[in-house]
Amino acid sequence: MAYLELNNINKTYGQGENANEVLSNINLHIEEGEFVAIVGFSGSGKTTLVNIINGLLKPTSGEILFKGNPVVDTSRERGVIFQNYSLLPWLTVYQNISVALKETFPKASKKFREERAKAYIETVNLTASIHKKPKELSGGMRQRVAIARALAMDPEMIIMDEPLGALDALTRGNLQDEILNIWNNDKRTALLITNNIDEGIYMADRIIPLRPGPNATLGPEFKINIERPRNKTLLNDNLEFKKIRNQIMEYLMEIGQERITANSIEYQLPDIEPKTFY
Amino acid sequence: MSDKLIKLVRFIGLGFLEPIIRLSKGEETKKNITLILKKIVAPLASILLFLLIWQQGSDALFNIEANYRIEKAFKEQGQEAADEMKLCIESGAIKCQPNTFPTPSQVKYSFYSLLKDHKIINADKKAFIEKTAELNKQRKKAGKKSLVYTGRPSFVDQIGTSLKTVFAGFLLAIFIAVPTGVVIGLSETLRSSINWIIQIFKPVSPVVWLLLVFMVVKTITKDSDIDSSFIISFISVGLCSMWATLVNTVMGVSTVDKDIINVAKVLKLGPVQKVFKVVLPSSLPLIFTGLRITLSVAWMVLIAIELLAQSPGLGSFVWEEFQNGANDSNSKIIVAMFVIGIIGFLLDRVMLTIQKFVSFNKN
Ligand SMILES: Nc1ncnc2c1ncn2[C@@H]1O[C@H](COP(=O)(O)OP(=O)(O)OP(=O)(O)O)[C@@H](O)[C@H]1O
Ligand SMILES: [Mg+2]
Repeated sequence: MAYLELNNINKTYGQGENANEVLSNINLHIEEGEFVAIVGFSGSGKTTLVNIINGLLKPTSGEILFKGNPVVDTSRERGVIFQNYSLLPWLTVYQNISVALKETFPKASKKFREERAKAYIETVNLTASIHKKPKELSGGMRQRVAIARALAMDPEMIIMDEPLGALDALTRGNLQDEILNIWNNDKRTALLITNNIDEGIYMADRIIPLRPGPNATLGPEFKINIERPRNKTLLNDNLEFKKIRNQIMEYLMEIGQERITANSIEYQLPDIEPKTFY
Repeated sequence: MSDKLIKLVRFIGLGFLEPIIRLSKGEETKKNITLILKKIVAPLASILLFLLIWQQGSDALFNIEANYRIEKAFKEQGQEAADEMKLCIESGAIKCQPNTFPTPSQVKYSFYSLLKDHKIINADKKAFIEKTAELNKQRKKAGKKSLVYTGRPSFVDQIGTSLKTVFAGFLLAIFIAVPTGVVIGLSETLRSSINWIIQIFKPVSPVVWLLLVFMVVKTITKDSDIDSSFIISFISVGLCSMWATLVNTVMGVSTVDKDIINVAKVLKLGPVQKVFKVVLPSSLPLIFTGLRITLSVAWMVLIAIELLAQSPGLGSFVWEEFQNGANDSNSKIIVAMFVIGIIGFLLDRVMLTIQKFVSFNKN
């Protein structure tokens, strides 16, 4: 039995004529301590899949097991970093984190919570902005707060929905390393959703493409056997990296091509000729 | 320094003063002069125009009334009486002034006489309190009730009473509408099952509310000697005006951004934390819009309710003046109208300032 198991998951939005089957027949097994990445095109159903795993959405059919128990609700054991940061705009950085800690460690002393919040803010280098509101922060800083919040709650598994999607390449690289560090230190299980193949290969043990929806389903998995810690600058010349990258690219291009042919409709032209005038 | 001043001025809603401050610092002369023309000179001009139209209109009404009187005197008593009436009206003697729409200057005069009246009554009250101080001490010792001033309230006292009633009613509205709104907003079942009550009671007129409250309060306060007219009027004001807040609170609470609700779920916030840290802050802008409507409705219906409930205040002041029919009654009514309007405007400003202070800005 795997740590997280998705068996034959389907998800349909809407009913009757408006029904839109976004996910079809999703099967995914993640082992404890693993770092798995899922790549997919925009709109293919990645957020839908993530919300099913973290318990915010119910699948239309299929079974989802976390440590052997069915997932019916959100849980503190699964920390979530949302695609759009999702901080509470009326609270400061510190308050955003302490509100989460109050619920996670209700019995702990106030001092413990205070120190824990400050420590995690320090981890993501935001001590200088501790009393700022989200609107006073840049996108990257907001995302760091979201990361600190998820990690401060000490979840067993972290689920990240394109956490770095909106950031520039430099910030993105830094945060990738921060996430990897934390994952490595505490040996958590991690699921990363991304639209960036390089990011997936750099961070994950396994990378799985999500075939574009509707009826999105998971493609074949690609194991990444590159020694950790990985070096980003050397990675570009790594043969294994190049091989995996090309394989995934090829696969995605292929299904992209399939989609275009499937979508192109052939029109039956009427059998007429131009009229001739004499 | 001037930046701070400008911020303050903007905050309390006097933003139109900004160009003057900037101009006095010598910033962007041309732009600020245009701004002054737009924001200060134009409104002033419109006030002048308003006064002019008012003056002309009341003059016209006055002439109609005067001509009617002269004609009547002519028909009933002949040419001599008509001439006499004309002279009398022109002389401005009070006894033959027609009772008509007052001019701006008459209203101004009435305003000052009301203030003077207030001073006299105030002095009277003070004298009474001083005179009875010793006596009241003795009465208290003897276990008797102390003597209180029971003279006629002045116009300013009436304003105070009205404000008291409106605040009591407003607080009642807040205490009923906001918690109820939150509870209803949180539950979809409750929302659909209670909606009909809101829809039916929302448009009920102030008069009907007053009668309903009267029926209930009359019975409850049967054997106590508390002042039921105040209770009746403030409860009616509260019940009439609370609907906007109720509807807005329900709306705000039930339409909290989905992402934010998801955060609350993922953080596993308990119900109390969820309401106070997530739901209320995010619906605060809508709740405050509701509260502003509530306060202005409360102030608006207050006059009618006081008038009907015969509880003291501006409403009964207006009604008494109307029935009084004295020579300056009409202009006193207009004074009351302006006072009511200006206080309503100020109340709204205060609410707006508080709203700015407590709500967060979405990026
Ligand atoms: N609540 C909803 N109701 C109906 N349809 C929805 C809902 N949420 C998502 N969808 C549809 O499901 C599909 C997948 O959406 P989803 O948000 O999962 O995509 P995504 O892969 O996360 O995209 P992106 O990379 O842009 O974030 C889209 O076609 C979208 O229109
Ligand atoms: Mg998404």
